[in-house]
Amino acid sequence: MTAPARLGATMIATRDLAKTFKTRGGAVEAVRGVDLRVGAGEIFGFLGPNGAGKTTTLRMLATLIPPTAGEATVAGVDLRKEPQEVRRRIGYVPQGGSTDPAETGRGELVLQGRLYGMSKADAQARASEVLEALDLVAAADRGTGTYSGGMRRRLDVGLGIVHLPAVLFLDEPTTGLDPQARARMWDEIKALRERGTTVFLTTHYLEEADALCDRLAIIDHGRIVAEGTSDELKQAVSGDVVTIGVNGTGARVLGLVEPLPFVREASHDDEAATVRLYVDRGEEAVPLLLRMLDAAGFAPTSIALHKPSLDDVFLRQTGRSLREEPAA
Amino acid sequence: MNALRDTFLIFRRSLILTLRQPVWIIFGLMQPILYLVLFGPLLDSSVKAAGVGENAFNWFIPGLLIQTAVFGGAFVGFGLIAELRSGVVERMRVTPMSRIAMLLGRSLRDVVILVSQAIVMMVVAIPFGLQIDLAGCLVTLALLVLIGLAFAPLSYSAALVLKSEDALAPVVNGIALPLLLLSGILLPLALAPDWLKFLSTLNPLTHAADAARALFNGDWANPEIAIGAVIMGALAAFAVWLASRAFGRAVS
Repeated sequence: MTAPARLGATMIATRDLAKTFKTRGGAVEAVRGVDLRVGAGEIFGFLGPNGAGKTTTLRMLATLIPPTAGEATVAGVDLRKEPQEVRRRIGYVPQGGSTDPAETGRGELVLQGRLYGMSKADAQARASEVLEALDLVAAADRGTGTYSGGMRRRLDVGLGIVHLPAVLFLDEPTTGLDPQARARMWDEIKALRERGTTVFLTTHYLEEADALCDRLAIIDHGRIVAEGTSDELKQAVSGDVVTIGVNGTGARVLGLVEPLPFVREASHDDEAATVRLYVDRGEEAVPLLLRMLDAAGFAPTSIALHKPSLDDVFLRQTGRSLREEPAA
Repeated sequence: MNALRDTFLIFRRSLILTLRQPVWIIFGLMQPILYLVLFGPLLDSSVKAAGVGENAFNWFIPGLLIQTAVFGGAFVGFGLIAELRSGVVERMRVTPMSRIAMLLGRSLRDVVILVSQAIVMMVVAIPFGLQIDLAGCLVTLALLVLIGLAFAPLSYSAALVLKSEDALAPVVNGIALPLLLLSGILLPLALAPDWLKFLSTLNPLTHAADAARALFNGDWANPEIAIGAVIMGALAAFAVWLASRAFGRAVS
């Protein structure tokens, strides 16, 4: 893991945080000892496939479920000892929505402000501010049941920031949104960072983790497998990625290229009919590979060179691709 | 105090949202009014035969009010399941609001609706021959508040545990129906065989119904009034304790 030396004040820190659910089928270890450090004012992304333990970790940090083991401080407060103090300092935007379809957007925001202890006048003023900031003024006095998916999601975020929390937790903030609404949500989240809010979000979208997050942790089967900035994680994969389309001859191609000195690692994906190589200098490796395959009598259907992506990081750490996960 | 303030906030929100969809309140009134109009007149001879009173409606309406309160209270869990599904409950759990206020605010909304329904029913029953002792009616309404504060929280507790309408419906019916049948609300238990009479004395609703009947007749010396009130008060206290724990506990 990368040293967090350049981080500012710590906003979230966990040590060995774990959650085991007891079910009829036995104990399910959803989160198995997570160590995290999130600095003040950053957008921290929690990337992983569905069922990896992202939401469970988030719900523990947001005081919704007690951890089975481990410790955490959120916004300077001990999560286990003072959950009520943690609640005052955080906002939480759940994945499945958080509004009543019969209530208006303004009504929800005013109530939310009052539940955080604001006076009626303050809550009304703050609701207007939030509606303005999230461009919901025109729909403010309509029932949320009439909102589009993107509008409802923005209102959910609004409900999470009514009380100007130090930390905002967002669970899959853009799942189910169309590309336009997603880009818009990214802008809103970046604007929150500008105002000094620390944002902790979960996502299973690689593009989102790449484009939006200052730092990332990749989680799989309840464990963190990598942590750092997107660039750091990609650099750790080292070298470039060459993908060769093989069409049925994969095993033999793999046997041919694997011993080559400039190939650091090679794997064969039967389903995609590709051989994937990690090489030191891709632009030099590609012509060599082509010539060698040709001499050995193989005709590759395609050959592609690219810089490592977060998917390569995930693949390297877990042996699986995130792209294979069906979108939720 | 924080809990009082939060209770009022949740009460007002719940009541406003309920009044925006008044179909459920009207639906809840329809059944007892049908009983009153189509079943009440059949009771005259049974009530006289059982020797439990002169006026069939003074015997029947108190029981019907209790039935309405029990069913009205027992079904509120369905509304909470919709709120659980919409994420509203979880959103409130992350705020520092008082946990007991989540329960009391909603339960008070339920009680206000029950009491309004009871008043409508009493007024409708007057032309049928109901004779009203005003003080008795007011104390009966207080008894209905206790019944609402017993059954609504129990229904919320079940909803928080079961989390689905499909699981809640058989539980609510399986408990509410035998309780009502065993309480002598529809027919006088004076006519019942001994074993049924014995079972009914174990049923808290029997005592609530007896208390309400004594109150309607202005029979203030009847000990059933105190017995019914104490039993319902204890049940309400237990239900509120149980349900506020359920609201406070995290859902998985």
